[in-house]
Amino acid sequence: MAERQAQGRPEAAALPPAIELRGISKAFGPVQANRDISVRVARGTIHGIVGENGAGKSTLMSILYGFYRADSGEILIGGKPTAIPDSQSAIRAGIGMVFQHFKLVPNFTVLENVILGAEDGPRLRPALAKARRELTRLAEDYELDVDPDALVEDLSVGHQQRVEILKALYRQADILILDEPTGVLTPAEADHLFRILGGLKQQGKTIILITHKLREIMEITDEVSVMRRGEMVATVRTAQTSPEALAELMVGRKVLLRVDKAPAAPGRTVLEVEDLRVRDAHGVERLKGVSLAVRAGEILGIAGVAGNGQSELLEVLGGIARGTGHVRLNGTELDLSGRGCNGRARRAAGIAHVPEDRQHLGLILDFAAWENVAFGYQDAPEYRSGRFFMDNEALRTDCEGKMARFDVRPPIASLEGKSFSGGNQQKLIVAREIERNPDLLLIGQPTRGVDIGAIEFIHKQIVALRDAGKAILLVSVELDEILSLSDRIAVMFDGRIMGLRDPAATNERELGLLMAGVDDTRGAA
Amino acid sequence: MDRMPGWADALLVPLISLLVAFAISSLVILAIGENPWEAMKLMVTGALGSSYGWGYTLYYATNFIFTGLAVSVAFHAGLFNIGGEGQATLGGLGVALACLFVPWPHWSLALIGAAAMGAAFGALWAALPAWLQARRGSHIVITTIMFNFIAASLLNYVLVNVLRPTGSMDPATARFPAGTNLPGIGDMLTAIGIPFARTTPANISLFVAIGACILVWALIWRTRLGYEIRAFGKSEKAAVYAGISPVRITMLAMLISGALAGLMAINNVMGEAERLVLNSVEGAGFIGIAVALMGRSHPFGVLLAALLFGFLYQGGAELALWTSIPRELITVIQALVILFTGALDNMVRQPVEALFLRARKGAK
Repeated sequence: MAERQAQGRPEAAALPPAIELRGISKAFGPVQANRDISVRVARGTIHGIVGENGAGKSTLMSILYGFYRADSGEILIGGKPTAIPDSQSAIRAGIGMVFQHFKLVPNFTVLENVILGAEDGPRLRPALAKARRELTRLAEDYELDVDPDALVEDLSVGHQQRVEILKALYRQADILILDEPTGVLTPAEADHLFRILGGLKQQGKTIILITHKLREIMEITDEVSVMRRGEMVATVRTAQTSPEALAELMVGRKVLLRVDKAPAAPGRTVLEVEDLRVRDAHGVERLKGVSLAVRAGEILGIAGVAGNGQSELLEVLGGIARGTGHVRLNGTELDLSGRGCNGRARRAAGIAHVPEDRQHLGLILDFAAWENVAFGYQDAPEYRSGRFFMDNEALRTDCEGKMARFDVRPPIASLEGKSFSGGNQQKLIVAREIERNPDLLLIGQPTRGVDIGAIEFIHKQIVALRDAGKAILLVSVELDEILSLSDRIAVMFDGRIMGLRDPAATNERELGLLMAGVDDTRGAA
Repeated sequence: MDRMPGWADALLVPLISLLVAFAISSLVILAIGENPWEAMKLMVTGALGSSYGWGYTLYYATNFIFTGLAVSVAFHAGLFNIGGEGQATLGGLGVALACLFVPWPHWSLALIGAAAMGAAFGALWAALPAWLQARRGSHIVITTIMFNFIAASLLNYVLVNVLRPTGSMDPATARFPAGTNLPGIGDMLTAIGIPFARTTPANISLFVAIGACILVWALIWRTRLGYEIRAFGKSEKAAVYAGISPVRITMLAMLISGALAGLMAINNVMGEAERLVLNSVEGAGFIGIAVALMGRSHPFGVLLAALLFGFLYQGGAELALWTSIPRELITVIQALVILFTGALDNMVRQPVEALFLRARKGAK
């Protein structure tokens, strides 16, 4: 690693920087998303950009890729001032972007996706042939091997991401921007991606990596810029900083990166799941006989790459999806397929659910915060006034209380759900679910898209609920989160539990293998 | 907040849209060789210049309030009820049955009875498409449209074969008994000393319609059911997460919607015609869609939009009567209003919003 960094450096100093931003400012109404941002990214380096959600990283990259126009400031590509009014100009300037959510056509082949928008004329055949030659060359040069004739929908997430990178390279990108590239990858896939990026760097490509994972920044970047509240607060050589220092720069105060918790004191079994099976709308079995148990006063963490049945597990336990098998809560059998399988019945039984997809499930984005605090509990007597009416005053008061206790910012109960940042939306949901004092809390991706300060807060609340003797089922694709929060870890792969591990006695490597479906310790669970 | 103030959003934008629609209408009138200024003047005096004109404007507005509310309630649940026409037709049948076959001692009781029957028949006619959507996944836009045709055919059959008095050549019911005749607005105002034309069709149903506006407002923004309807309308997935049953909400919202459309019959059938004739709804079910769009599904907005469309209807009728402007042109003007206030809303909204934001930025 150190060797690779050393190679990237020398010639970089002599040439003009690949990208230089001078005084970029951008406001959305009264919100100053970017304020006077200046940064230089040297050619042939990997430059990390970190910052909390809402710090302005995405806005800055959108300006660079021509989605937004800056209110003021200058962009220099290779030392030349360049106007980037749209993404076509960005591509012409040699900038390629790999989005967090891939922009691929699932029922097209890899080749078709690569040439899409770069067909060079009405006939496809020459473009396809050229792309095939190019892809072969790129595969050899950068470990970017993907079957050009495979349908994108049949590819793993890691391979789909490679297609995105290939698309950018096919368009002659010299500068590659990757937005949260490892969010959907297994640790092994992430390692492979980093090798690819290393290879690209050695060929003189410039890479900008946007991420909130400080470990990745430390591992592969040469320089890192920290953004906070729309400003670029620091640009430092990675070798001369530490994760703690970066976190402090991001948040503006000291942060605890480790979760502080006492050993668990598990009590009676609260949740028992036996041979749980769920089919999706297409009849494909997504849960293939899951059995597990969660006891009072413990956090069971479910690790796994997204899409291996964790969502279905949460949904069937939360009464959203139907399934077969047996689920008992405090010894009482839950209805998994009949009329009693709904969110209302589950809440009445004592299950609270912080869903993975907070924007589409957990909140109604157009509802005011005070309306959202009753969401799912609209039947609760304290929110009602008589048989038919809602007690809107009680809702407002309750919302203001929750906002104060859970530090929701801004603490304005009449603000619509969509006006809050991801972290504050999540705090609102966590407040709503935890304050019902449930026997079992289902919590999916508690800190996805949540800024560091809020992560610390939400983790504390989860541990406090555990210490109050409640059972918690945690699903997260962030291994760090699973490792630091869980009292026991179950790894899911392809709709099955691959194994149970003690967080103190396992490591990312072992979990990563299980997550990839490699069960080299059969019987150990 | 990067948004314009509420009053601009709710009033200024529709007003500008309206002005644009009228401006283009003027060009059309000019093109067929008439004087647009005179035409506008005629419309305004015809619809609003006399108590007679007001009587008709309010009568039409009453119809549109009911159908506009019907469409709004379904909109809040994310359902597009295009079946107001058929539901109001069936409501007419319910009202006719109540008036013809029950010897009501007083008009007030007759009104309650007929309203209940009209609402029940309208609700029933909405219940079938609702059930098909909730349980079978048949799209409600398609089924409600088809149910409009079925309703028209059904009414045709019932009027020709069942309810037509023997010997009559007219596919219509007998005249309702005098005990069911509703007091007109003219009668009521004259009784308290305000002179008002007594021959207009505006009747006490107007107050039922205004009452319905208040009830719908309370339903949508004050009740638990309204909360669940709005949540379901914004996001079905999230509603399921919150334990709200899609089947229940789809059924209830459509029942209420159909009942409101059916309720319209107390105005046009009981209050005005005093018998049931073919095509008594006269397109009010469809105008309800435009009214709900323009009123942004808010009962107060629906009230204002219904008044506007009442004015367009009555003013248009006057125009056809006194000028050589053909009746069809009125439809063109109405269509332009719908186009600009409904479909092209953003064309006006965005520039106005930008203007406000710039003004605010400048002020800072």
